[in-house]
Formats: sequence, C-alpha cells, structure tokens
Amino acid sequence: MVEWTAEERAAIQGVFNKLDYESVGRESLTRCLVVYPWTRRYFGGFGNLFNAEAIMANPKVAAHGIVVLQGLEKALKNMDDIKNTYASLSEFHSVKLQVDPVNFQLLSDCLTVVIATRLRTEFTPDVQAAWQKFLAVVVSALSRQYH
Amino acid sequence: MSLSAKDKLAVKTFFDKVASKAEDIGSEALARTLFVYPQTKTYFSHWADLSPGSPQVKKHGLTVMNGVLSAVGMMDDLKGGLLTLSELHAFMLRIDPANFKIINHNLLVVLSLMFPEDFTAEVHVSVDKFLAQVSLSLSEKYR
Repeated sequence: MVEWTAEERAAIQGVFNKLDYESVGRESLTRCLVVYPWTRRYFGGFGNLFNAEAIMANPKVAAHGIVVLQGLEKALKNMDDIKNTYASLSEFHSVKLQVDPVNFQLLSDCLTVVIATRLRTEFTPDVQAAWQKFLAVVVSALSRQYH
Repeated sequence: MSLSAKDKLAVKTFFDKVASKAEDIGSEALARTLFVYPQTKTYFSHWADLSPGSPQVKKHGLTVMNGVLSAVGMMDDLKGGLLTLSELHAFMLRIDPANFKIINHNLLVVLSLMFPEDFTAEVHVSVDKFLAQVSLSLSEKYR
C-alpha cells in the first residue's frame, strides 16, 4: 500500500486544480510524439503526425490528451488503491493496445515538463516530488497486468 | 540518435538565450535532483548542507551548468571535447551513469518552468537529444 502524507495529497490535488485538461493533455501527448517520435507507432489511425505543427493541430491528439488526463483523474480519486483501480486499464494497455510499458514513463515525463511550464515557480521541489511519486504509482499500476 | 544540423542550431540558439541564468538553472536543477531523487544525496556526503538554497548547491549547480554550456560549443565532437570531464566522472567521482538521466530530467523541468515560451516541443526534443549525447560522452571512459 502506498502511503501518502497530507502534504503530498494536497500538492497533487493542487496540481490537478490548475490543470486545463484540454490544453495540458494535448501538449503532453504532442511533446511525447515529438520528443520520442517512435511513440507514433501506437497512433496509426490518427492521421497526420508528421511534424510538431501537425501533431499540435491534430484533433485526435487533442481528444486523446483529454482521455489520458481523465484516466489520471481516476487515480487521483482513488489514491489509496491505484493498483486495483487500474487493473482493467492495465490489462487493456497490455492485451488490446499492446503498449510497451516503457512508454508510460515517457508520457509521464512529458506531462511533468508541461505542468512545469504552466505552474512555473509554483511547481516547487516538494510539489514536483509529490507529483512524480503519484505518476510513479500510476506507471507501476499500469504496468502490473502485463504477462 | 545523433544531433542533426537542426538540433545543433536549436540547442545553440536556446542556450545562448538562457546562458545568463546559468547559476539559477544549474542550482535549481541540482536542488531538485537531490530533493526529488534522494538517492543522489549519497554522492554529497561531504557537504554540510544539501538543502535547495545552500551555497554548496548553488556553487555546484553553476559548475554543472557551465559544463553543459561548454558542451554546447563542442557539439561537433562531444566525445573528444568531454574526454577530460569523462575521466573525472569515471575515475574520480565515479557517479553511476544512471544519474545523468536524473539530472537531465531536472534540467528539462527547470528550463520549462523558467522559459515556457522558448522551450517549445521542437526545442525540447533537440535539448533532450543533446543532453543524452552529453551523458553518453561523459560515460565514455567508465569501462
């Protein structure tokens, strides 16, 4: 069981309160596809992903960015049992989507970078630590059902 | 994943712009490395104060950032240019190369919070590639 201090819970909730899912979701996924271009392999049906401008303007990327953040919100709402909350999502990523779990960390890192651009000095070292701990738990839970 | 001409230009342009803030960037990135990844503190047991504002963190942050900035000028031969620094890290400091990824990540976080408009996705990919190449070159003499 993951232990969360009151400060960590507040920090993570604080980050979520400031997140515009549409903007942050789109930019995080865009950065992932631009910074780690091999991740485009999972988005064959998304149309034009040939360059940063195209990706940023792509409506499917925008829609999917929101889906990802809504998924993270589920973890926020079930912080004391992310592992079980994500069991079927993990199975889905493994069996249906067949995503290499390494990619969860890549997207996490891009999300962190985007949040830093939004929160700026509010993204203090403590907030960063709490946020990254949260993402680490999410990544672990998502990777759990792979076999 | 070597640096294209486009990458080198993006890296040079961006770092020329932010170079004046070297101490802020370096010390903040180092502070976050020590704080968010506490296992990195094991390399600094000889420091009295490992907290974010400490004079040692500030001074060393600047040293690290100056290293990064000098690497910007060596992009045509990073391995050659960083040979001495690689020997330092390999034989004297003996920092596990896994930690290079950690400080690189924190450099990216600090660059994005300090320069959100300039640190676009395209700059991000070039800087990430550059830092990865720097890490590789720093690891050269390890074994």
